[in-house]
Amino acid sequence: MHPAEAAGRLSAHELQNARLGLWLFIVSEAALFSAFIAARYLNLGTSRPEELNQLLGLGITGVLLLSSLTAYRAETCIAHGDRPGFLRNVLWTVLLAGVFLVGVVVEWGEGFHYFPPSTRYGTSFFSLTGLHGLHVLSGAVLLLGIYLHGRRGRYGPGEYWPVEGVVKYWHFVDVAWVFIYPTLYLVG
Amino acid sequence: MRVTGPVLKGLLYGAVGYVLGGPVLAAVVRAAGGSFPFDLELAAGSVLGTVGWLAGVGMWDVWARGWFGLPLRSWPEDDGVARYFRFTTDHKVIGIQYLVTFLGLLFLGGALAMLMRWELMRPGMQLLTLNGFNQVMSLHGIIMIAVAVAILLGGLGNYCVPLMIGAHDMAFPRVNALSYWLTPPVAVMLLASLLVGGWDSGWTAYPPLSTVNAPGQVLMIVAVVIFGLSSILGGINFLVTIARMRAPGMTWGRLPIFVWSVFAASLLSFVVTQYLAASLLMVLLDRVAGMSYFHFARGGTPVVYQQLFWFYSHPAVYIMIVPAFGAALEVITHFARTPLYAYRWVVGAFLGIVGLSTIVWAHHNFTSGMPDWMHAPMLATTEAISVPTGLVFLSALGTLLRGRLWLRTPMLFALAWVWNFLIGGITGIFNADVATDLHLHDTYFVVAHFHYTIMGGEIFALLAAVYYWYPKITGRMYDERLGRLHFWWSFLAFNATFLPMFWAGLHGMNRRIADYPAALGSVNLWTSLAAFLLGASFLVFLYNFVVSWVRGPRAEANPWQASTLEWQVPSPPPVENFPAPPAVVGAPYVYGMPGVRHAVLGAAGGSER
Repeated sequence: MHPAEAAGRLSAHELQNARLGLWLFIVSEAALFSAFIAARYLNLGTSRPEELNQLLGLGITGVLLLSSLTAYRAETCIAHGDRPGFLRNVLWTVLLAGVFLVGVVVEWGEGFHYFPPSTRYGTSFFSLTGLHGLHVLSGAVLLLGIYLHGRRGRYGPGEYWPVEGVVKYWHFVDVAWVFIYPTLYLVG
Repeated sequence: MRVTGPVLKGLLYGAVGYVLGGPVLAAVVRAAGGSFPFDLELAAGSVLGTVGWLAGVGMWDVWARGWFGLPLRSWPEDDGVARYFRFTTDHKVIGIQYLVTFLGLLFLGGALAMLMRWELMRPGMQLLTLNGFNQVMSLHGIIMIAVAVAILLGGLGNYCVPLMIGAHDMAFPRVNALSYWLTPPVAVMLLASLLVGGWDSGWTAYPPLSTVNAPGQVLMIVAVVIFGLSSILGGINFLVTIARMRAPGMTWGRLPIFVWSVFAASLLSFVVTQYLAASLLMVLLDRVAGMSYFHFARGGTPVVYQQLFWFYSHPAVYIMIVPAFGAALEVITHFARTPLYAYRWVVGAFLGIVGLSTIVWAHHNFTSGMPDWMHAPMLATTEAISVPTGLVFLSALGTLLRGRLWLRTPMLFALAWVWNFLIGGITGIFNADVATDLHLHDTYFVVAHFHYTIMGGEIFALLAAVYYWYPKITGRMYDERLGRLHFWWSFLAFNATFLPMFWAGLHGMNRRIADYPAALGSVNLWTSLAAFLLGASFLVFLYNFVVSWVRGPRAEANPWQASTLEWQVPSPPPVENFPAPPAVVGAPYVYGMPGVRHAVLGAAGGSER
């Protein structure tokens, strides 16, 4: 996950260590999201406002799911030595991340009007989308990082741990949204 | 400059980061017509200040440059004392950094306790204002919690675990250095909070008070969240290290018990710490973003904080005490000269504690107005946790019974752990029972119980472990006579301080208060005098620790004739620990078994690391 290893060459043993470390990090992050999701139910049960923009919610969910596909394709491409394909798919992923974030910003604009952060629903809505949005943003920065390193030919088949790490993180950010979306938009 | 350079650079970058992230950003936003509360200024400034500090102490040079495709810089591996003042990745250096830093904080927290005991010596107000007492009490609490979480795991865990499993370092040495260097800003923020009004909500920072009190609370929140990050990264590092860096032949069943205890504690800390971060972040959001998680006037629900907070903070006491169990059992088995009794049961008990500790949190909330149906299950699960804890205790007794005791200072402190933790454990039952807890809640009974487990339990086990590993870490022998003096003095003073507190609590002495009814005067006077004696006993330790390190006789590689791996290399061990990975051939504690060995060293295993 750390582009730190960008230039480094990992032994097979170090690669396994890094994988396990990343998985544990993801489990830990999941706990953080679970706390905020739990607070939503503890604080206000399953009630939600009528003013939610359901179409937008569904749209950005679709965009984020699609970005996991392109991220997956990027990883597969570099594993097979297809650098142009890798770069293309990383860029698509970043683009979709950008679309998602724009969608969140639009939703925030509407939210400030209908359910501002001081309301009980707004509290959970803004903190969950904000926390997740920060993860999307950091994921997009990391994706840009592997794009730039990739353009200089730093990765190849068997030497792409940073790509694998960032893509796994990206899938996690996607899965987190799969739990946040129904929590905010569908229940109740 | 060679020694102090990185730290000075870190302070400079940290200050620049704070000013940019705090005052400058706030001025820009305000100039643009936006609002930027002072709380937010403090929070954003501290976060960016921490980033600057990390970059300055060397993270940029030895790590982050690589992220941008720049060549990394490195320092010579063997650079004397300068290694301790920069972003060094050697686990032994990091272990010592943790140990010394948190011993310093332990003394600071102890000094704050002395202040409180001075104030409590007589009814009425002596030394502090009411608000000043609250701030001292809060600061004592959070500093000691941080010490209890980090000193055994970060200090002795970092130093000893790679050695004990036959590894050359931790799995992620740079993450390990990051974990340590995140902690000095935490200490700075906690102390700096006094400059902006401090905070008066105790270490638990309960809302609604914590959503409306002085801005010092914000610094406390950011500090604790950053400390949590350090703790999570450390936990992940231990898990991967123990799972994947063991020497050939070091099966799970051959791990020294201290390694198992670090594994169990890490298993807890890397997940549950997030709930502490989450609950405090929610308080922060209430303060800086006008949210309504717990803010009463906006319709928030303060008791939800208590659920989330204790979902971390009860397991946290096991993050503190389980490594102490491991350390105490380690010392007991080596100094009883017999294999650890019921080793497998103890491992099972550690894992059982890990599991059970996540379903007991609400016993802190019996009086908080949580749903009634939660009372009985939480009573039952809390009492159930005494079963695995009892197994650990029986293992200690079994080992003592079968062994021939060698009563050196480490063993004396381990025996004190047996006594103190027995009292701490048994008095916990009264806090777990709803009926008695309704009476005991928020009294000195709870204070006494908690200090018997964490100070009498963990800190006495820590002292056992520090004396035990002192020759290995420093290469010098401590003074045995001063060690024994410290033991008898601190053991007696500790019990004289905290045993009467049970009585005071039963008779209505509320905790966290600066004043009390005159009828409780004599017990408080006694407690204060005993507490001063207890505090003074640590000066003996400090003297022994420092002077022996400088002038003590050189220690041999294995002064205790102990069987585990860390004692089979020189004191202190060389960089990278072992010339070649050792081959582990048997159980860790081979005492009274002539010819049986734990490991064979020097054999070039040729295994990859």
